Amino acid sequence: MDISKDKLLEMYRTMQKIRHFESKARDLALAGEIPGFVHVSIGEEASAAGVCAALRKTDRITSTHRGHGHLIAKGGRLDKMMAEILGKRTGYCKGKGGSMHIVDYSLGILGANGIVGGGLPIATGSALGAVIAGKDDVTVGFFGDGASNEGTFHESLNLAAVWKLPVVFVCENNGFGEFTPMATVTSVKDIAIRAAAYGMPGQIVDGNDVIEVFQHTSAAVARARAGEGPTLLECKTYRWEGHVVGEQAFLGDGAYREKSEIEAWKLKCPLVRFEKWCVESGKISSAELKKIVADTEKEMEEAIAFARSSELPAASEVTDDVYA
Amino acid sequence: MAQINFIQAINQALAEEMERDPLTFLMGEDVVLGAFGATKGLIDKFGAKRVRNTPISEAGFVGAAVGAAMAGTRPICEVEFAGFFYCACEQVCNQAAKLRYMSGGQATMPITFRAVFGAMGGAAAQHSETVYAQFLSVPGLKLVVPSGPSDMKGLLKTAIRDNNPVIVFEHGALGGLKEEVPAGEHLVPFGKAAVKREGSNVTLVAIGAMVQKAMKVAEKLERENISVEVIDPRTLIPLDENAILASVEKTNRIVIADEGHLRGGAAADIAAIVADKGFDFLDAPVRRVTSLDVPIPFSPPLEKAAIADEGRIEAAIRDVVGR
Repeated sequence: MDISKDKLLEMYRTMQKIRHFESKARDLALAGEIPGFVHVSIGEEASAAGVCAALRKTDRITSTHRGHGHLIAKGGRLDKMMAEILGKRTGYCKGKGGSMHIVDYSLGILGANGIVGGGLPIATGSALGAVIAGKDDVTVGFFGDGASNEGTFHESLNLAAVWKLPVVFVCENNGFGEFTPMATVTSVKDIAIRAAAYGMPGQIVDGNDVIEVFQHTSAAVARARAGEGPTLLECKTYRWEGHVVGEQAFLGDGAYREKSEIEAWKLKCPLVRFEKWCVESGKISSAELKKIVADTEKEMEEAIAFARSSELPAASEVTDDVYA
Repeated sequence: MAQINFIQAINQALAEEMERDPLTFLMGEDVVLGAFGATKGLIDKFGAKRVRNTPISEAGFVGAAVGAAMAGTRPICEVEFAGFFYCACEQVCNQAAKLRYMSGGQATMPITFRAVFGAMGGAAAQHSETVYAQFLSVPGLKLVVPSGPSDMKGLLKTAIRDNNPVIVFEHGALGGLKEEVPAGEHLVPFGKAAVKREGSNVTLVAIGAMVQKAMKVAEKLERENISVEVIDPRTLIPLDENAILASVEKTNRIVIADEGHLRGGAAADIAAIVADKGFDFLDAPVRRVTSLDVPIPFSPPLEKAAIADEGRIEAAIRDVVGR
């Protein structure tokens, strides 16, 4: 599969944006600027970037509590996202949602979700809605290895398969459900094989290889758009940071995984890997990549400045938007 | 106007609204067959794309209704028995009810949930419960409890056109109840109670199937010159507080009859509102007539003992009027 240079640049820019946004979100949370829980996806950028690069604007996604990366990859604006997680009225949800609930319907982002597995029936229904409305839009439901043990995962896959819905289920298997190693609570080694139980294709993907992710997603999206039904993709990846920012404060270091394990995965950094491939293959020059990094740094600084300078919501807004 | 029953009224409302809006569709357990009659024949009119049998996966298909609504369609989602909502509470309470608010008003959630509830003769606790109180504390939902065929049709049509998640609770014992129902366009607004019978001595708020019982009690007591005003709120969210308070201002007494349980129930909620906002009107304590705080039992004499009936409504009224 030949991937255009524009597409390659787009995926790299997305990964850089995610890395920058997540690093800043972590830093601001540790500095006490962000209320509540923040879950970052540093190390997992390739799955978000590769999957969403295979979608068009009218396609939709549902995301998870660790959702910033998916939202950025689907086109979410850094400034409105940052404003939302700082609780500002200029944020995507006017400060009503926060880190776990960012939504942008105009971009097909049906929302991050605070409930593990909560987005999967919604993704399935979004695909059903496309069928009812006679449109060929595809929906991607992102979820983690932990969600694959939720009933909604199994109910959604069965429903999507029996109705041949245009949905792609993307598991980002980062090895941990909160603080619990996946292997200790999951009956199978690979989530992808669970697809067989529902009569759909399941594919294991190197989740740190953005090109492989893009290629497999493109195939699954084409299949869904052609009316051939859902696919389950399992992107194997790893979470460099903790489940929740600040967990060292109550857990200390090394509470549930070895430092050496984290270091080993850092050597498989999806950004570094892509940069090496670009330069070695001659597809993209080092200078072009550096420019993207510089652009992203600037965009991130502006986003933080926008968020910080934005107003907090007024108490009188508390009753707005309960009902349509 | 034709006489039709409660089930036929549901069927008529569904058919008319599905005819009206091609983005409306029906999904749920056994809706193709229409096992209890409400969805019978809709498959012939609207086809397999818009009338969909779901697997018995309440969390999955209720959540799918949420996603379909977010995709711009207008799902009508049948949860066969209201007790099955417990399997899908996450999707109803955390997703459908909250996503509009959490998205800062971006989401509209035009979903109509339909479910059969209430004691209908030996269905036992998991198929007989009155569960709407569980949803009273979930902002974002609207709750509808029709008491007869005409309201059933008019409220269901309003529910389907509403842009919020609405749960329509259909009492299982009312299926055969007949009355005149307007053909075609017949919309009953939400948040507007029906004064089923005017009276001056006591206000009797009755919900769902309790309205039939309340009317019988009111007729009986009229012969003793006890004048009972029967009010059917019709929707619990939004609730027509003004109608209830205005009636209490006139009668100075209130009894609330509900098939739900005593603790934390719809009757408790209305009693609290009256105590809070209508205390000065009251000449007697607010009385609630509800089911006992037991799971609804199976055996007929036990079921009868658990459910609020005419005798207990009458006793409560006699108590507050002192006759």
